[in-house]
Parts: sequence; structure tokens; C-alpha cells
Amino acid sequence: MTENISPSRLSSQALPGVERRHRKEQIFRRLGLGAILTSLLFLMFFLALIVARGHGAFLETVILVDYHFDHETLDIDQAVSQNDLANANYRSVIRAAMRELAPEVSGRSARRDLYGILGAGTEYDLRDLIIAQPSLLGTTAGIWTPSSDEFHLFHRNGGDRASRQSTRLSPLQIELYAELDNAGRIKTRFNWTFLSSGDSRDPEQAGVWGAVKGSILTLGICFLLSFGVGTLAAIYLEEFASKNWVMRVLEVNINNLAAVPSITYGLLGLAVFLNFFGLPRSAALVGGLVLFLMTLPTIIISSRVALQAVPPSIREAALAVGASRVQTVFHHVAPLALPGMLTGSIIGMARALGETAPLLMIGMVAFIVDPPSGVLDPSSALPVQVYLWAESPERAFAEKTAGAIMVLLVFLITMNLAAILLRRKFEKRW
Amino acid sequence: MISGQTLYARSVRQLWVERLIRYGLFSCSAVAILTTVGIVASLIFEAVRFFQMVPVLDFLFGLQWSPQTAIRADQIGASGHFGAIPLFVGTALIGAVALSLAVPLGLFSAIYLSEYASDRTRSLVKPLLEILAGIPTVVYGFFAALVIAPALKASGAFIGLSVASESALAAGLVMGVMIIPLISSISDDIIKGVPVSLREGSYGLGATKSETIRKVVLPAALPGIAGGILLAASRAIGETMIVVMAAGLAANLTANPLQAVTTVTVQIVALLTGDQEFDSAKTLAAFALGLTLFCATLLLNLIGLHIVERFREQYD
Repeated sequence: MTENISPSRLSSQALPGVERRHRKEQIFRRLGLGAILTSLLFLMFFLALIVARGHGAFLETVILVDYHFDHETLDIDQAVSQNDLANANYRSVIRAAMRELAPEVSGRSARRDLYGILGAGTEYDLRDLIIAQPSLLGTTAGIWTPSSDEFHLFHRNGGDRASRQSTRLSPLQIELYAELDNAGRIKTRFNWTFLSSGDSRDPEQAGVWGAVKGSILTLGICFLLSFGVGTLAAIYLEEFASKNWVMRVLEVNINNLAAVPSITYGLLGLAVFLNFFGLPRSAALVGGLVLFLMTLPTIIISSRVALQAVPPSIREAALAVGASRVQTVFHHVAPLALPGMLTGSIIGMARALGETAPLLMIGMVAFIVDPPSGVLDPSSALPVQVYLWAESPERAFAEKTAGAIMVLLVFLITMNLAAILLRRKFEKRW
Repeated sequence: MISGQTLYARSVRQLWVERLIRYGLFSCSAVAILTTVGIVASLIFEAVRFFQMVPVLDFLFGLQWSPQTAIRADQIGASGHFGAIPLFVGTALIGAVALSLAVPLGLFSAIYLSEYASDRTRSLVKPLLEILAGIPTVVYGFFAALVIAPALKASGAFIGLSVASESALAAGLVMGVMIIPLISSISDDIIKGVPVSLREGSYGLGATKSETIRKVVLPAALPGIAGGILLAASRAIGETMIVVMAAGLAANLTANPLQAVTTVTVQIVALLTGDQEFDSAKTLAAFALGLTLFCATLLLNLIGLHIVERFREQYD
């Protein structure tokens, strides 16, 4: 006679605790999933926050102001030279126009509030405009003028009650905001200044171009040196070196150099390039040299991997038809490994682009307004600019910092995408 | 026809060119050696000058860090104090916070990816995790200083804890996020190196998947993972920008992560930015700190790399 055993009875009798064990299995699995989701959540949170905080840096609030460019207010003669135009009194033009905009405002401090809603660089903007178009002289022109950064923040926050509580605008300025907004004289537009100008003490004047240019110069030097030296060193180690103790030391040395803290390279640059060789502080040249030494080990390692991927049959075929070792390597092996080596180098460059600490050591933290015109000029770099703005106590710079981070991330993504595409295009399965 | 003599002359020239090229290539790889020599020499050279002013033992075991140089010879505290213990403790504290976040998250991510996830999930999630490693550290510093630290301070105040605005916790947590991908990718490699036969033996005895992982795979992978954690620790103590932006400048000797501490790298940056004379104890102290940092990370890297390499190939 056979007893009819149900599966659940089987499990509970024959395998005691099996349900508990399966529950544990579920928990364990969920822990793993949870860990991954948490990490990805951090990533999403970071990126979302950067965009939320930083997109405002690419916008500016402009106010439509009617300027009278008459000779009297500008304090210049009827027959004007370029020099006169450069030194004319644009401030009084601005003040006259602003008083006309809000004729009811009187009193010294109220007037100061009124003038304060325009950006600090308005004078220079008008000067450049008049020098470019002298025909505007003697006419009245309505010009969209960038506002001050506090005014911009207020407008970006919607100008409602919540932004009223956090703003540093005076009550009069808030009143003026409402008035101008009703008259349709306020709008938001893309902020080209942020992409095209150098650093400034005024947030609304500050831009990333100087830092971007510094980074391009620095990375250019770094790439030329580290791609050249790195690939050649990899070729030597992979194709020519005999396996003796010197090579083992070299290998351990390179692996360890890749893990040395980046700030150590900054100390090296300070002691050797600046103090010993007397190269100029803050220069893109020194930055490029330091980043070169820093990226070299990673590029050697990735180039060696690319060389290892070239099958030995290629080498054997070349040697068999009478090519020398050097010819084999330079005519056949290296060209095949080149895309892989280039990919590794671009990824190395992307790392170097985000590197800040060594650049701090060699003095690339100075406040530099003019974009560098050569590798020996004092220059900044994009990540250093992020650091400088993040340390700034002024509120409007927080937005600029996040904006600069967005620019930095766009560069990084572009470089990594280029590396991935290059790999896709040239990847060979042997 | 090419005569035998021209052929011989050509091959001699070829030989010379080849030899020249090989020397050229060798000198390129020698740059790596020169870099190491340069780092060690410059650090030692300046550190020795520092140790002529401040005894080594005072530096390594001193409990007070207040680097300052005398403006007048007879002023109070003219010599400054260069006891680096508070810096070492601060560095270790922030590193410990970072690792206690990164090790569980990184390890569990690696276990899930290598044991449970489908190939599609894997190929999607791995690059996403790698992005975390590719974000510049200055961006992490921005988060730590402008987002995490104020949030911690506010939530601390909410439950009645006083959290410093430059707490070790904020810097450590953000640094932890940064090193998650490092730990997960090394652990992934190591776990994948454990042979299938071990797992199959365990399944054959009736173990569930998680039991197999916990009782068979992880013990086999443990030394390798430990090596990976050493490498992560080395990254954490050498990390600069996050702590420069989010940790404090004052050298407090404390083990409380809610308080502000300072680290070796923060002090190096603080001592060397700005215009300084190059022969004061203050600037030279940065090189002594750099030498300590270099030695500590080198030791961790040597051991870590050695272990990881061994366990990657152990079962091949």
C-alpha cells in the first residue's frame, strides 16, 4: 500500500527547514539587487542634482532698457575718435535710462537699488556695442541688458512668495521686478557669456572659456607626450624586452605607479619642474607634464593589452618572409594595435581631464581672468575652476559651479563615447 | 642586380638602425622608472630637510598639529607643532566611513552581478557602475560639501545630534560612493575566478544558491577580496579633492565621525597653496606628509596587488 504524500509534506518532513532556507535565499538575492540599485540611485541622484542646480548657469535674465546715446550724456564731442568712444561716460547713459524706466524712484539709496538691478558689466557691454556700431550714436535703442545675479536668481525662482523670502533683493527692487515683468521687459535667454568669457569676481560675468582653454592646452601636451611615450614603452615591454628581473621590476613599478595617489605627482611637479627646472607657476605646460607622468602607467598598461590582442601568427608571418623584428612590429603589429592603444589613451585623457589635486600643487589655482594664449601663460583648468567656484561664498556661484560641472561632464562623456565608437569601429575578432 | 657587398652594407646599417630604435624604445619605458625615482627623490630630499628642523619621532608620534612659522623669533608658539597623529587618525576615520559604505555595497553588487544577474542586466549595469568611477573627484567634493554635509547637519539637528558642518561622515560617505565600483569590479573578477566545479559540488549536496555563495564561493574568494579592499583603502587615504572640499582644516584628535577632522592630503594642499617661502618648516612639512602618504599607499598597493593577482589566477 502506498501512502499519498503531497509535495509540501515531503519538503517539510524530508527536508526540514527548507522553506526557511528558501526565504533566506530570497533575502540574500534582494540584498544583492538592493546594493546595485542603491549604487545606481546615487548615480541618478548625482546627475539629476547637477542638472537641476546647474542648468540655470546657462541662462541669463535680461531687461529691456531704452538707452539714449546722445553725445551730451556720453560726454563726447560730435566728431568722435575710437579712443573717445572707449572712454565715454556710459554710466550716465545707463543711469538716465534707468531713471526713465522708473521715474517715481527718488532718493540716493533708492536710486542705488534701481541701478543695482542691472549687471555690473553693463557699462562695458554698451561700450563694446557702440564701438562696434557707431551709427547708434545720437539715437535711442531698446537693448536687452543682463540683470544682476540676485535679480536673475529671483526671476528664476519664479518671483513668487517663496523666492521673496530667500532673496537678497530690497523691497523696492522686488516692486520694480513686478513692474518690469508686467510691462514685458524681463525675459530669460541663453547665457553665451558663460561659455565665452573667462573667470570674474562677478557671477553674472563669469564664464568657463578660460578654464576650458587651459584644460585643452594642458590635455594637448599631456596627450602628445603620454601617447607617444606610453605606446612606445608598451611596444618595448611587449615585443622586445626579455623576461629578466629588470623587466619584472619595471612591471611591478608600473603597476604601482598607476595606484600612487595623484597628489604625489603634484608634489613631484612642484619639487622638480617648478623648483628645480624653474618652469613658470600656473602654466599649462607644467600641468601637462604632471598629468603626463600621472597617466603614463595607465596608458602603458592599456597599450600592452592592445598589443597582446594581436595574434602571434601576424608576427610569425612577417618574420617568415624576412622582416626584421623592428619591421615586424612597426609595419604589422603596431598598426593593428593602434586603435586599441588610442582608445586606452583617450580614456586616460578623460581621467586626466577630471584631475584636480596635482594642478593645485603647481599653482593652477590662481584667479585668472584672461584665457591663456600659450602654454607658458598662467592658466586655469576646468576642474580647478569648479573647485574655485565651489569654495566661493557668493550664492550665485553655486549655480555656476554646477554649470561648470555640466560642461566638464559633457567633455568627459564625449571623450568616452569617442573611445567606445573607436573601439566598435576597429575592433577585430581574430 | 644587387651585389653581395651592398646587401651586406645594408644589413649592417639595418642592424644599427634597429639597435638605435630599441634603445629609443627602452628609454621610453625608462620614463616610468625615472618617475618613481623622481617621486621618491624629491619627497625624501625635502622631507630630510624638514626632519632637520623637526625630529622624526615628534612628527610621527606627536599629538598636536598646528603648523605655523614664526613672524618674530620670540613670539609664543614660534616653532609650531608638527605632530601628525591627528592627521593619521582623521585620514583613517574618513577612510573607515568610506569603506564601511563601499565594501557591503560593492561586494553585494558584485555577488548579484556575477551569480544572479542575466547577461543582459550585467552588460547594462556594469558600465553604469563604471560611470561612478569616472566622475571627477572634484564633483564628488562639490556634493559632499554643498549637498551631503548640509543635509547631515540639518538631519542631525532634527534628531538632536550636533553634526559639524564639515563632518567626517559627509566626506566619508561620498568617498564611499566613489570607491563602490573599484570594490565591485575587483570582487567580480575574483568571484568569477572561483571554479564552477566548487559550486556544482555544493549544489549537488543540496545547498541553495545563497548557501553556496556564502559557504563555498565567498570563503574561496575571501583573500582576493581582502586584497581588493586594501587597494580601495589605498585609494581612500590618497584621495584629495573630496576631503579638501568637505573635511575640516583644524586637526582634532577624535574618533567621532560627526565631528570635523582633517586628513594628510588636506594638510598637504593647505600647506602648499598660496605663496610660501620654500625653506620654512611649514612648506617642507607637506613633503614629509607626502612621503608618509606615499609609503603607506605603496605598502597597501604592493600587498593588495600581490594578493589580487594571485587569486585571480589561482584556479586557472
